[in-house]
Amino acid sequence: MPPDTPPPNRAGLELRNVSKFFGDLAALAGANLCVRPGDAILLYGPNGAGKTTLLRLLATLARPSEGEVLFDGKDLHRQPAAAKSAIGFVSHATFLYGDLTVRENLKFFGTLFALPRLDARISSSLDRFGLRERADTPVRKLSRGLQQRVSLARALLHEPRFLLLDEPFTGLDAASVDTLAGLIREIPARGKAVVFSTHDFERGAALAGRLVALEAGRIVYDGAVEGRIRKSGVRSQ
Amino acid sequence: MQSLKIITAIFVKDLRLEWRNRVTLASVCVFGILVVFLFNFAFEPGQEESLRLLPGLLWISFAFAGVLCFNRSFALERENAGLEGMALAPVDPGLIYLGKLLANLLFLSIAECVIVFAVSLWYNFSFIPSLRWFAPVTFLGTLGYVAVGTTFGAIAANIHMREVMLPVLQFPVAVPVFIAGIEATTGALKGDPPSTYVSWTKLAASFAVIFIVLSYLLFEYVLEE
Repeated sequence: MPPDTPPPNRAGLELRNVSKFFGDLAALAGANLCVRPGDAILLYGPNGAGKTTLLRLLATLARPSEGEVLFDGKDLHRQPAAAKSAIGFVSHATFLYGDLTVRENLKFFGTLFALPRLDARISSSLDRFGLRERADTPVRKLSRGLQQRVSLARALLHEPRFLLLDEPFTGLDAASVDTLAGLIREIPARGKAVVFSTHDFERGAALAGRLVALEAGRIVYDGAVEGRIRKSGVRSQ
Repeated sequence: MQSLKIITAIFVKDLRLEWRNRVTLASVCVFGILVVFLFNFAFEPGQEESLRLLPGLLWISFAFAGVLCFNRSFALERENAGLEGMALAPVDPGLIYLGKLLANLLFLSIAECVIVFAVSLWYNFSFIPSLRWFAPVTFLGTLGYVAVGTTFGAIAANIHMREVMLPVLQFPVAVPVFIAGIEATTGALKGDPPSTYVSWTKLAASFAVIFIVLSYLLFEYVLEE
């Protein structure tokens, strides 16, 4: 085993007693969560439950007020470059520049990630996400669904081990939903992990192997998805 | 080498965005010219008075043009959370700061050239005889100001009433560079020996270096929530 490879039981992203406060508001309180390779985790809960905060903590965009966020057993913020190289994040915001084309956006982010054979990767991404014909179109002129595809292409360009998706189905057309659902199914099969949040419990449960339910900033359930889950106020819609 | 590639990528990205929508430069130049235009009606100075008033007028124009420049620079990032997108990459946050700083320096420098041209027309004042010292003095002051403005522009990007908060935050910090800029510019325009205003030039340069280094080291905290 190469020296940098973490022991199998420590590989992954982990929240350890993590709380995040915004002023007096506890957006997340005492959260414990392990994300291991091969996981497909559905984050479910009402608005304001803490799903976005949890994902942003895992994605390195926020520091915990209390507790630790670990990457392969070590503090994530002490090794941000290694963690960021292994994480892809798709959010409500696309992180794309509207006046740049699809290709220019991917090239820009690929440069930031110092990816080898960047042109080949971009070409492959364009084909994978059906963006070849729109490669030279400014992102601003694309539909919401196509912008989401570009955002996914951006997040997957560096082949992350962990893909974090914050309500990725919002505003998508049927074709884009199918593409995304296929992607979510495919990732755990490749030994990687995906964590996604959605208000659509039925769709999310069909794609995930594990359910993490949040209410008022606390994780109230973490276990297998088995049909409809009814526990401590967690309801399917 | 990789660091240089990243800084260049961010710099070129900003240039490309500006070339595509051309909002920042146009608005900054127009605003700067407007300030000069209004001052011309307010003062109408003669040749002697011009030497006394112009340095202050120039730096007031640069200061307000800079606010517009920094606000616009980070408005583009705010549209789709571009700063966060860059923060997701495994790059030193200080490099993001340097890339943005270079772009803002270029845009503000171009606007300053336009403002200086406008001043030379309206006040019938030639900058050519003093250009040899006027240019580097102005550049150093602008560098210090852009170093401050880029940092506070990023801070203000995510807060309420950012257009108001940016000047409120950055002007007090930038006061030393404004004072140094005005004093050094006065000496340069009067044709005084450089030794008479070298201390002000050193102050502007020191301020730029200190603020750039501090911002480079602390920019990760600006990006994080």
